Amino acid sequence: MIGKCSSCFMKVNGVPNAKTCREPVREGLVVERQRGWVPPAAGVEELGSVEFREVETDLLVVGGGPAGLSAALKASECGLDVVVVDEHFKIGGQLLKQTHKFFGSVELFGGMRGFQIAEEYARRIGSSERIRVIPRSAVYGVFRGGLVGVVGENSHYVIKPRAVVGSTGASERYLDFVNNDLPGVIGAGGVQTIMNEYGVKPGDSALVVGSGNVGLIVAYQLLQAGVAVRAVVEILPEIGGWFVHAAKVRRYGVPILTQHTIKAVYGNGKVEEAEVVAVDENFNPIPGSEKKFRVDLVLLAVGLEPDTRLFSQCGAVMKWSPDLGGLVPLRTPDLETSVRNLYVAGDASGIEEATTAIMEGWVAALSAVSKLADKSRASRAEEELEKINKFLWEEYRASPVLARARRGKQSVTVSREEMEKIRAEHPPHVSFG
Amino acid sequence: MRKSGGVVVVCRCEDVTADDIREAIELGIDDFELLRRYLKIGFGPCQGRSCVAIAARIFARATGRKIDEVLSNYRVRPPIVPVSAKYFTRGART
Repeated sequence: MIGKCSSCFMKVNGVPNAKTCREPVREGLVVERQRGWVPPAAGVEELGSVEFREVETDLLVVGGGPAGLSAALKASECGLDVVVVDEHFKIGGQLLKQTHKFFGSVELFGGMRGFQIAEEYARRIGSSERIRVIPRSAVYGVFRGGLVGVVGENSHYVIKPRAVVGSTGASERYLDFVNNDLPGVIGAGGVQTIMNEYGVKPGDSALVVGSGNVGLIVAYQLLQAGVAVRAVVEILPEIGGWFVHAAKVRRYGVPILTQHTIKAVYGNGKVEEAEVVAVDENFNPIPGSEKKFRVDLVLLAVGLEPDTRLFSQCGAVMKWSPDLGGLVPLRTPDLETSVRNLYVAGDASGIEEATTAIMEGWVAALSAVSKLADKSRASRAEEELEKINKFLWEEYRASPVLARARRGKQSVTVSREEMEKIRAEHPPHVSFG
Repeated sequence: MRKSGGVVVVCRCEDVTADDIREAIELGIDDFELLRRYLKIGFGPCQGRSCVAIAARIFARATGRKIDEVLSNYRVRPPIVPVSAKYFTRGART
């Protein structure tokens, strides 16, 4: 339900396997349930015409969330032509479903709510002549000569960019417990899509698994939407998210059970009951400590995993980082990967948050500008980049809340010299520029 | 009514369970890529976005290996998202 998995597949206008979480409502739309994966039968799909287009651009931005949009704007302000490819029909990424207020300076949209930031970005990008957005489209591969294949709305694009910012975001982590495929088990971000973006009440009573900021914020939003939240469970001994968010949930009388995890869900065709269990310090379940809750929703807010398939396919050198949520590309301090002129920004570079994603977008864009633009613009870009990096690493990430992400990002950042050695050892199969 | 003893699903697209993975390991599958080919983990429409990490974690735990070691041969090939065949049959490159 955040556009990454296949769990929302339904038949749309007779065509099976459509991602309904990405399908805008329109006149005459026919949506039908399907059971599992349906092999498309011959003749079912309306083939229609496909237009083939070749596009050249300075910068291709893959993913129009906070990182990608800030990169696109920054690069365009520095004189580059930009193409933004995004899977959704509206740009903004996960900002679209965030109804809470952001902290920070005006430049970083402090005091605004996530969806308002998305609107502001859409406005600025809409008025830029240098940025072209291709909505409802996706990169399906990168090929020799640095050609990028993109499909979207009856068009097949082959884009030749001089540089690429991969701001592909993250997918929600899933958990292994008994009957975890029963309908009603859903990612917290998925619930935010249904509830905050589309205005649909997702259920009547819920159990939230995970007490990080996402779990706590969603628990509060569920309460606001009139959903009874029976409990929030957290496997660690301490609440993961910020005190302000936990306090809001506690004020509603919702218990936050630390050192507990979900054991199973039960029900007839959908979740009717959830069973939680206490765990010891090694996260092993303590027999006899089970508790059951009558709920029809079980929200998984157990973290995100960087969506880095684009980088892997390009042959970028990757590293597994538990602090960052999974496999991420190695990068220089200016966010260039081992594939020359392929930059990484936002959650794809390691799970952090929207504000750092915006700053990483700036850094990636300025890196591209410093290589592609004329001399005076390039040197100005380098200066600005240094300033942003200094603020990002020495001030913003000095916050204890970001300690883990900071540690993770340090562990996957290598010097430019080191990166040259890595490139020589692991030459990527594609290159841009 | 799904009662206790139900299934633990790892790969939702291809309906692969945690028990399937454990059985495959017992059969002697000692390489994660081999396991993926055997059970089709990540071969469905999400192309591994929900399941590869969780399957790798189960495999690492069961074989006593580190997760980066388990994933060292993991390769991503195009198409990296599901694409309708019509894009390749219509609108040939001019």
